Amino acid sequence: MAKYLLIESRDPFTSADVDAHWQLATSLAREGDTVTLFLVQNGVLPARLRARSHGLAELAGAGVEVLADEFSLRERGIAPTALVAGVRPAPIDVVVDLLAEGRKAFWH
Amino acid sequence: MADAKTLTFLLMDPPYEDARSTTAFRLLDAAARRGWHVNVFAYEGAVALPFAKQAPHANAVHGRSVEEENHPLPREWVRALMETARAYGGSLDWVNCGLCVDERGAGEAIEGVRRGSPADFWKMVEGADNTLVIPTR
Repeated sequence: MAKYLLIESRDPFTSADVDAHWQLATSLAREGDTVTLFLVQNGVLPARLRARSHGLAELAGAGVEVLADEFSLRERGIAPTALVAGVRPAPIDVVVDLLAEGRKAFWH
Repeated sequence: MADAKTLTFLLMDPPYEDARSTTAFRLLDAAARRGWHVNVFAYEGAVALPFAKQAPHANAVHGRSVEEENHPLPREWVRALMETARAYGGSLDWVNCGLCVDERGAGEAIEGVRRGSPADFWKMVEGADNTLVIPTR
């Protein structure tokens, strides 16, 4: 099965198409593909508990690895302890490592 | 470095406009610090990132001199990324889209930046382990 790296830089409060990106991640994971969703910039905003975070929790439940950029979290004053279950803070180095691994990468 | 990877990035955003440029520079830095070979194809507004005539300025509103303002210049970040890549045993090859440069009058780039065409981007993609396109909105 294929391995994907989806990078989400937008938040669902201002970009309605974020939901479609999340659905893409879910669909790929349910097909048996390996999927990492890396949240960066305002993409980390919904990772806060109770901030439309149920969607991200569902992604994690579907088998998507959901990571939130540590720098973007710090910029926005979001503590790692404030994240919804299933979302882990990660350095941006993860992105270059997954690219080097050959993941099919898509930036939104 | 025997197992050095090669990554290609396509950037499109101009300087001082969007957080995507900051994120892109962070990705380039992370790859450079691994001693990898990094290709950048700057398209559209991104050709202004290494523009040599970017100049720092004072801030009269806040009463700060040029030195106090310490205005960030993307061209210096590009230069620093090239130096970082070399220091770690890798390389950073930056190609500016020539037509995009001409349209914007941004032909004076810092040393190390090449002029090219989308054909160069294709060659970069062909020669890389992977490619990330960071599009404008």
